Amino acid sequence: MQQSTILRQRHNTFVKIRHFFNARKMLEVDTPLLRTFSVTDPYMRAMQISSSIGTHSGYLQTSPEYAMKELLASGSGDIYQLGKVFRSEESGPHHSEEFTLLEWYRLGFDHHQLMQEIYELMVLLCGPLQRVNLSYQQAFVDYLGVDPFSISLEELKLFTIDKLGELPEKLLFDNYLTLLFSQLIEPEFEKKKITFVHSFPVEQASLAKTEIVDSMHIACRFEVYLQGLEMANGFWELTDAKEQLSRFEKDNEIRKELGYPLVEIDTGLIAALNKGLPECAGVALGFDRLMMVLQNEAQINNVLPMAFTL
Amino acid sequence: MATYSTNDFRPGLKFLIDGEPVAIVENNFVRPGKGQAFAKTKVHFLLTGRIVERTFRSGESYEVADVMETDMEYLYTDGEFWHFMDPSSFEQFAADSKAVGDNAKWLKEQESCMVTLYNNTPISVTPPNFVVQEVVETDPGLKGDTSGSGGKPATLESGAVVRVPLFVQIGEKIKVDTRTNEYVSRAS
Repeated sequence: MQQSTILRQRHNTFVKIRHFFNARKMLEVDTPLLRTFSVTDPYMRAMQISSSIGTHSGYLQTSPEYAMKELLASGSGDIYQLGKVFRSEESGPHHSEEFTLLEWYRLGFDHHQLMQEIYELMVLLCGPLQRVNLSYQQAFVDYLGVDPFSISLEELKLFTIDKLGELPEKLLFDNYLTLLFSQLIEPEFEKKKITFVHSFPVEQASLAKTEIVDSMHIACRFEVYLQGLEMANGFWELTDAKEQLSRFEKDNEIRKELGYPLVEIDTGLIAALNKGLPECAGVALGFDRLMMVLQNEAQINNVLPMAFTL
Repeated sequence: MATYSTNDFRPGLKFLIDGEPVAIVENNFVRPGKGQAFAKTKVHFLLTGRIVERTFRSGESYEVADVMETDMEYLYTDGEFWHFMDPSSFEQFAADSKAVGDNAKWLKEQESCMVTLYNNTPISVTPPNFVVQEVVETDPGLKGDTSGSGGKPATLESGAVVRVPLFVQIGEKIKVDTRTNEYVSRAS
């Protein structure tokens, strides 16, 4: 596709998105991309920024989440942000180390209300879409015939090896689940329908609240799929500072176990949660993946404004 | 010790798994929404020829395998080993039957083929995709057959047996695809 076409389509989509949020009286924000702290998420690799004489000046943000939560805790109200983020060591047909993310937060929403709003936005941008709602557990039962909430680690390991061949040693329970999910379940979702997967295992709660539903402990987290691509990931946001801090510490324990470098916990975010994050739901949507859907492209590189080369 | 990280993975890259040399056939980057990233690959175990699906944790490093592919001239066989020579260094290498395998039937003295060396020892021998050889044995063909329907077996000077059209006669040179074992054309 011609660069001018790509630029035009990106522009049109930017305009529609801004119009959508503006009509909902939401505030567009542009938080700093270069910040002192990064994320403890064991599997995220933030880019560390140094000057040419080696002075360390911080990390490029992997998402604007923490900065936006600080704004929310300071009373910003509903906010959205459309901008670049950076994730090192991620490149492939669906991944680019620099990409554009749309992230927004809705006060007083839970994750179900936010999923409805995402659906409305996606219909606006992509045209009529049939919607499928599926719990994480149901997805595993339907597509693989196993229950991720009752299977043992050993059974899960053997099942995964049987399906996917030889695997690295010492994988964690949720490593098997995410691998199975991405390799064997995601590709099965109907491409023309938009699929909302909700109620994740608590090990994958990240920054989401957890709740007990039908005597199962689940994370109030969801992911959105369209045309075989993961489009968005959202939470009914955890507001409990103590719980969040303990999850960050747990992240670092996992990092230690896997031999990954430890990451200093973002005290700014914890302070914001202590100050009081209003009850809210938030989501991050990959803008370039959206462009892949709109332009029917299989490679993210083909929808970027310029070829990304490093 | 030179290493490759999974970020370097691409088809053809050669490294060691548990001391065994492998080559990547296919590589895909897998990064679930909020989970461990993986390199999902097909790897070719060079010593055994096995091709297996294997998933690596992203970011892990593996020792580079000292594997080289070199065009060499086939010299002769003493029954136990097949002897090759690197035409630029004149260094000679002896490959055993495990390394040569079924490809022995294509080897013709003084012709070149690709020898894969691991730690300076031949582990596989690959003939050129197409070779031209003389037919040394075949049944006399029927007159008038030009289409090659059905065909007949013919033995080539290196020992390979391929199906050829009925009009091909002893002493003629033919071009053969060594990957499929198929006759391509007469060669003059």
